[in-house]
Parts: sequence; structure tokens; C-alpha cells
Amino acid sequence: MRERLARLTALAITLVARLITAVRGQWEGVEPLPVQRVYFANHTSNGDFVLLWTVLPDHMRRRTRPVAGADYWLKTGLKRFIIREVFDAVLIDRNPETRQDDPIALMTEALSNGASLIIFPEGTRNLTDAPLLPFKTGLFHLAEANPEVDLVPVWIENLNRVMPKGEIIPVPLICTVTFGEAMRLAPSEEKAAFLARAQEALANTAPKGDSA
Amino acid sequence: MSKWDENLLMLFAGVGATLVVATLIGTLLRLRFSPDGSNAMVENLNSRIAAWWGMVVLMSLAFLGGQTGVMILFAICSFAALREFMTLTRTRRADHWAVAATFFVVLPVHYALVWIDWYGLYTVFIPVYAFLLLPILAALRGDAENYLSRVAETQWALMTCVFCISHVPALLNLKIPGFIGGNVLLIAFLVFVVQFSDVMQYVWGKLLGRTKIAPTLSPSKTVEGLVGGVLTASLAGACLWWMTPFTFVEAGLLSLVITSMGFLGGLVMSAIKRDRGIKDWGHLIPGHGGFIDRLDSVIFSAPIFFHLVRYFWSMP
Repeated sequence: MRERLARLTALAITLVARLITAVRGQWEGVEPLPVQRVYFANHTSNGDFVLLWTVLPDHMRRRTRPVAGADYWLKTGLKRFIIREVFDAVLIDRNPETRQDDPIALMTEALSNGASLIIFPEGTRNLTDAPLLPFKTGLFHLAEANPEVDLVPVWIENLNRVMPKGEIIPVPLICTVTFGEAMRLAPSEEKAAFLARAQEALANTAPKGDSA
Repeated sequence: MSKWDENLLMLFAGVGATLVVATLIGTLLRLRFSPDGSNAMVENLNSRIAAWWGMVVLMSLAFLGGQTGVMILFAICSFAALREFMTLTRTRRADHWAVAATFFVVLPVHYALVWIDWYGLYTVFIPVYAFLLLPILAALRGDAENYLSRVAETQWALMTCVFCISHVPALLNLKIPGFIGGNVLLIAFLVFVVQFSDVMQYVWGKLLGRTKIAPTLSPSKTVEGLVGGVLTASLAGACLWWMTPFTFVEAGLLSLVITSMGFLGGLVMSAIKRDRGIKDWGHLIPGHGGFIDRLDSVIFSAPIFFHLVRYFWSMP
């Protein structure tokens, strides 16, 4: 019963996402194949992982788990239901003071169970005019712990215009989700160099010229 | 079955037969030139034909649904077109209320006014009320950067995607002596002639196209395609006079006007695309691009057709 409700909610969420954004996945650097991956994306809106999740083919969607902040998603019963039952997210505590579990260990555990992950290496929503915020170190530690998993940069375009921070009503605008070329941590690559390379790879995934 | 229904059925039978022939030609071309799907032109032609089948089926369903069906179909077209247009505007956060209002207030109210046939209000609702009120909403947010272009783009989006498109279902409201109950044929006539002109411009252009009309705006538009397409479609329109309130000559002249407007509409919309550095407005209609790519000619011809018919044929 609960699972059926979760399935229905998932369907409703993807339908609404498509109705508002007519979202299209552009597989430029990788093919939509069911291989294990860590998708790392730019983060401008709370709907980011929903959009990425929507464009995945059904069989991949069920094996792909977003990584989300427990502080935000465990606040109300509805949010808890959506994030746990519908998206089956890996919930992490973003506050190093209070957390019990190491986020990298939680993500690594999910990967070892065969899941793919969606993460936002900027750590928080980018509300500035800059295309990306400096990456947090999490992506590096995750790559270090799982060197055999492909890291795929994913650029989500336009969703910040659909629902800017502080607005309640989304406006319908066409969004795209572009998948770039997979990358891995090179042997003996330094943290700073790897994060700069990943950040550049993500920035280069953004479609050129068609948005102001 | 009324006489109007029979006429409509004959038109759809004709269109269906044409599509069957087109599908056969497309299949033969694929077998001959593109068995592995590598010839882009043949593949594009086939996806265009497939999309035509879908559009014809949707139109027939709308006609079966009567006035309600037609209203809903074109309101959805307006929504999809407006979404494509707004995506390309340079609107900013300060425009959020104004943009939300275009989708959730202006579009539904305008279509409701067309539905209840309040002519005096729906002809001024967007050109006057939305024109004055939306810039106020944007100004209240206090962001002056590119203000004039932002409000102008929003108004342009509404005029083309909502106001102009809604003149297709508005044809149902005209009261033409001796033609009461047959108005859906006016829609069929307008849409068929304009779309047939687009198709024939494409066909003539591919067969004979040499002289480019506006190479900087739209490299695929040629004089040969234009003349061939407009003349073929106008002749076809004239031959459809029996299902309209018009004589043979009148139907031909009206067709000439709407196909010319349709061509020029395509040119204007190409200029906007070129300005923004895109090839298609969207991706929802395979082979064609977006809704606006398919509707640009209807956008520019529908209001003119509506007012010509209203002025010369309908009762006040």
C-alpha cells in the first residue's frame, strides 16, 4: 500500500515536472545506460534532483538515489515521506557538529549496494550570479573512496528561472538536463586539482548560447 | 449527419489519403536511401510525416469535442507556445509575477472571454489591459535593468502565442448567414490551407529551390519554394470553396492572403530565433521542432482571416 502510494506520488511528481518544464535530457558525454554512476550537478533550486530524476529512463531511475540534507527533508511528515519513500534518498547530516554518521560512508554504502547517486558538490543552492559556487570537498572524498565509479557532470538549465528563491508559484519554462563526459579521480591527483577539474567539467557541460 | 459534418469528413478523408501517400513515399525513400537511418533528410521527412499523423488525429478529436474540444486544443497550443517564447525572453527575477500572470491569469481569462464570445473585451484584453498592467507588476519589483526589453518581450509573447492563436477558435463565434453550424469548417479551411502552404513551400523548395530570400534569417526559404507553395496552396484553397461560405474566387483570394501572411510570419519568427541563436523553438514535435515552429504561419494568418471573414461575411 505504502509502496503503491510512493509509486503514484513519483508518477505525479514527474508529470508535474514535465508539464511545467517540458524537460529534456541531452545525453552528450555518456549514454543513458544502466551503469553505476555518481551524477554531480549544479544546484540552483530545490527541484534540481527531481528534474534530473525525471529525465532518467525508468529502469535507471529506480536505482538512482539523490543525496539530500536531512536537516531540510526530515522537518515535516510529507517531506519525510517524499524523500524516503518516493526518492529513496541517502540522507546526510550537513552539520559536522551534530552528525552521527560520516556522509561519505553513507554514500559509499549506497554505492556498494549497487545504487547510482545524485549529488550537488556545491553543497548548497547557488543564489549568486556566478555559474557555480566553489565545490566542497565531498566529491573528492567520495571519488577517493570509490575510484572505480564513473563521475558524470550534469548541467541543469533554467530551473532557477522557473522558481527563483522566495517565490511560491512556478512559471512554466523549458528546462534541459545535459549529461557531460564521465570522469574519475586520477592516480595521485591532489584534492584541489581534482575539484578544479570537476568544476570545469561541470561548467563545460552547460549548453552554450541559448540562454541570456 | 449534417451537410457540414459530411464536408468535414470529406476534407479529413482527403488529408488522410494524402498522408497515406506521403507515408508510402517516405517509406520508399527510407528503403532506397536510408535503410540504416543515416540519411538525415529522409529521417527528418519521415518524422515530420509521423508528426503530421499525430496532429491530424488531435485536430479530429478536437472537432469531435465540438466547441469545448477546439477551445481546449488551442488553449493548450497557446500554453505550449507561450512556454517556448518565455523561455527565450530575457526576463529576470523581477518579472516573476508578470510572467506567472501571463500563464495563470491572462491566458485562461482571455480564452474564457473567447469561449463566451465577449468580442468587445477579448479584442482589447491583451492589447490594452495586459499591455498596461503587466509592466506595472514588473515595475513594482523595482529592477530597471533592461526594463523596456523585458516588458516588450513579455507583451510580444502574449500577443503572438495567446492573442493571435486564439483567433482560430474565435472563428467558431462568427455568425454567417446560411452557414450557421458550419464554422468548424472555417477552422479546417484556415489550418489546412496555411499548413498545406508550409508543406508545399518545403516540397517546392527541396525540388527547385535556388534563390534564397533571406539567407541571413532563414537559409531554407527560397523564392521558388515561396511562389510554388503559395500558389499551390491557394489553388487548393480555392478548390475547397464548396465547404466554405465563399465563392471559388473568394476562397482563392483569401487563401492567397493567409498563405502570404503565413510565409511572412515564418520569416518574422525566424528573425527572432536568429536573434537568440537557436534553430528551433522547442523539441516537442519530432521533426518539426517546437509548437511555435509549427504554428508561426497560423499565428500571423489567423487574426487577418478572422477579421476579413467577420467584416465581409458575418452578421454584426
